Amino acid sequence: MMADTGSEEIAVIGNTDLTPSELENNIKNTMVEKGATLLKRMEINVAEAEKRTGKNAVSMQETYTVYLIETRAVDPSSEGANPAPPDSLWRRYSEFELLRNYLLVTYSFVVVPPLPEKRAEFVWHKLSADNMDPDFVERRRVGLENFLLRVASHPVLSNDKIFYSFLTQEQGWKEVVFETGFQAKSDSRLKALNATFRVKNPDKRFAEMKHYGDELQSVISQLLRVRARVADRLYGVYKVHGNYGRVFSEWSAIEREMGDGLQSAGHHMDAYAASVDDILEEEEHYADQLKEYLFYTEALRAVCRKHELCQFELEMAAQDLTSKKQQREELATGTVRTFSLKGMTSKLFGQETPEQREAKIKTLESQIEEGEEMVKDKNAESEEFVKNAWVDIERFREQKDRDLKEALISYAIMQISMCKKGIQVWSNAKECFSKM
Amino acid sequence: MMSGTVVDSGSPTAAVPDELSGQILDEDEDFEVFCKDSTFTDGGSLNASMQTSPGSMVNQYKFEEEEEQPDTKDIFVTVDNPESHVTAIETFITYRVLTKTTRSEFDSSEYEVRRRYQDFFWLKSKLEEAHPTLIVHPLPEKFVMKGMVERFNNDFIETRKRALHKFLNRIAEHPILSCSEDFKIFLTAQAWELASHKKQGPGLLSRMGDTVRAVAASVRGVRNRPEEFNDIQDYVESFSQKMTSLDKITQRIIREKKEYLEELRECGPTYTLWSGSEEELVEPLKQMAGCLDRCCRETEEQVQQLGNNLLPILHEYVLCTETLKAVLRRRDNIQAEFEAKNEALATKRTDTEAMKEEIDKLEDKLEFANNTLKGDWGRWKKSMRADLRAAFINTAEKNVEHYEKCLAVWESFLLSQRTEANEGDDGDRDDS
Repeated sequence: MMADTGSEEIAVIGNTDLTPSELENNIKNTMVEKGATLLKRMEINVAEAEKRTGKNAVSMQETYTVYLIETRAVDPSSEGANPAPPDSLWRRYSEFELLRNYLLVTYSFVVVPPLPEKRAEFVWHKLSADNMDPDFVERRRVGLENFLLRVASHPVLSNDKIFYSFLTQEQGWKEVVFETGFQAKSDSRLKALNATFRVKNPDKRFAEMKHYGDELQSVISQLLRVRARVADRLYGVYKVHGNYGRVFSEWSAIEREMGDGLQSAGHHMDAYAASVDDILEEEEHYADQLKEYLFYTEALRAVCRKHELCQFELEMAAQDLTSKKQQREELATGTVRTFSLKGMTSKLFGQETPEQREAKIKTLESQIEEGEEMVKDKNAESEEFVKNAWVDIERFREQKDRDLKEALISYAIMQISMCKKGIQVWSNAKECFSKM
Repeated sequence: MMSGTVVDSGSPTAAVPDELSGQILDEDEDFEVFCKDSTFTDGGSLNASMQTSPGSMVNQYKFEEEEEQPDTKDIFVTVDNPESHVTAIETFITYRVLTKTTRSEFDSSEYEVRRRYQDFFWLKSKLEEAHPTLIVHPLPEKFVMKGMVERFNNDFIETRKRALHKFLNRIAEHPILSCSEDFKIFLTAQAWELASHKKQGPGLLSRMGDTVRAVAASVRGVRNRPEEFNDIQDYVESFSQKMTSLDKITQRIIREKKEYLEELRECGPTYTLWSGSEEELVEPLKQMAGCLDRCCRETEEQVQQLGNNLLPILHEYVLCTETLKAVLRRRDNIQAEFEAKNEALATKRTDTEAMKEEIDKLEDKLEFANNTLKGDWGRWKKSMRADLRAAFINTAEKNVEHYEKCLAVWESFLLSQRTEANEGDDGDRDDS
């Protein structure tokens, strides 16, 4: 959960479901932003989730979940007094996806925050992989709120009008998004892939970043898989101790002097077995933090690919310009330096008339003029892109280092809490055993 | 203990003792008579509180503490030093049995012999033969059915060695069993002496006769088993189930922990791998890896502890219940024999005098069997309680230790992160 704020003002995070440590994390993860972000002026939270049924695009009944987005203007002067009731509207996951796709296309130089996973992955056996499972829905609610907060605190994204109306305009928002025509602007996968293979001089930094993104994705995936298996096993260890509880209780029934000690020890064994549920739920939070950055790597790679595409288009334009200039030269001087089909056909079928040649040269001249404009534009575009993208990548990098360090620390805190619980339970059990 | 009492007459009787009988305290004289070594009829010949045992031996291994009893041990036995022997026919392990004693019927104060499992088994049989209603601590099993364990696997030998050590020490602590001639010979005789002694004793035919009588008796069954022995029987039945369950549960915990450990071992290396891609995060990630590796080592130790301490004891008590059942059966047989002869008397006309004498003897035998059993039962319950309490306390302690060590690992991680943070410009970080 992120809250980026400036100076002293701290945006109130309205979701009271945060644990104290999460709240602390939020407030601590601050960064001085250039320019005002939406979050300074507005409270945002995803308060609830509800099941709905309705007809889908092909008129079939479906069940889906909607999330309640609450917003409220932040008014520092009214602090202390009762805050006004928040505005709210309902959105479903697919609308969040639409918003994000719009942002991806419109701000291709930004590492756009990811959405929580569509389907539960890296589950260990107790966690359900079912999208309707209440725990999954709850974690998704938290993830969606996190997404909104990240966007609202981004120096560039938070100013977007479509984002603002996503938060405030329930009806007709979809139409407004489609009207922007962003879908037409999006680059096809094929186009991007093509560029990646054929680009000659991409900025080295982007290549390194892309490589880093790959590595990060790979290592976090591995970590999540291992973690899920460990959680599974830990669950087993704790739960088997519950059997001690049962047998101690039965055994105490046939003992006279040992009975009390056994019975109470048994209760502690039951408590121990039960304690693993809370422990693993907290660990899930850590996994979610890792997952966010796992999904971030995709956004990072997307920016790098966009750069490659820009660069490629620039290179193509330049190449095209060069070849046109060459053609002009050949026509002007009559020499054929490069092999061309035209050259061959003209040799075979006879030279052109001076008029034809003049016409050709004129066409080429205007094409060259266009081409030079094109190259200038593409160059400027590319430079602009590189500049902006690199700023955002730096911002992302700092955010990532901060967040992940916090995550590691909160993991350690969790482990400490788990150890303390263990010490307590077994100390109590030892007391009881002494009374046997 | 040297006065020959089975029950500690000085024990506080706040709760109803498990012996289920108040008469035992008066039975001292009977026990003295039946101690094979006659020098013990006079309790004064040996000062019960004499502590001349080599102090070093006390520290070498754990004693089972019976709080109420004064430390009057005067015979110390150690089993150690397993060695493998290879002959043309077989391979087997011998253990060194070291005895240090101040008892006067031992010619020397120190003995060192080597014994193999067979010898222990022989000793147990002889003791049970001579004292059918005394509870002899179980031997470790002859074979381990688990399948995977090789006979000469180190853990197996170590576990067996400890169990044999306990077996002998329990006998040494027993006021009656420790006086056994067979026990003395086991501890002191050279290999050939032991072999020749083994050949003595009731012949095959006589042993067969015993067996036949025992079978006949058990077929006949007992008519009026005294209530207290019914209670003991019921208890043993339930206790047996509980011990078996606890044994299984503990084995399962060990298994689950091992599997958990296997998975946990992958975490550290993954964080290390990650640190290779990072700049700012290199230190924290490497430290995470270090912490996880340390936690792995702690968990490994914890699992080992469980296997070495709690599991063997639970297993011992599973075996104990078999012993207890056998003892109860033998007592039943004695009673059955007596009852049968009694009935036969009713139908006989002639030769009733001889028979009456026989019946009297059987009655005495029965009474003695009942009393020794009751006495030893109380003794057994006490040491069971002490053993299991100690084992569970130990387990709890080890678990607390484990968590304390892991706690320290993570706290040092936090500390190092905070130190780095303070060197930056962040404010206070609270510990939650």
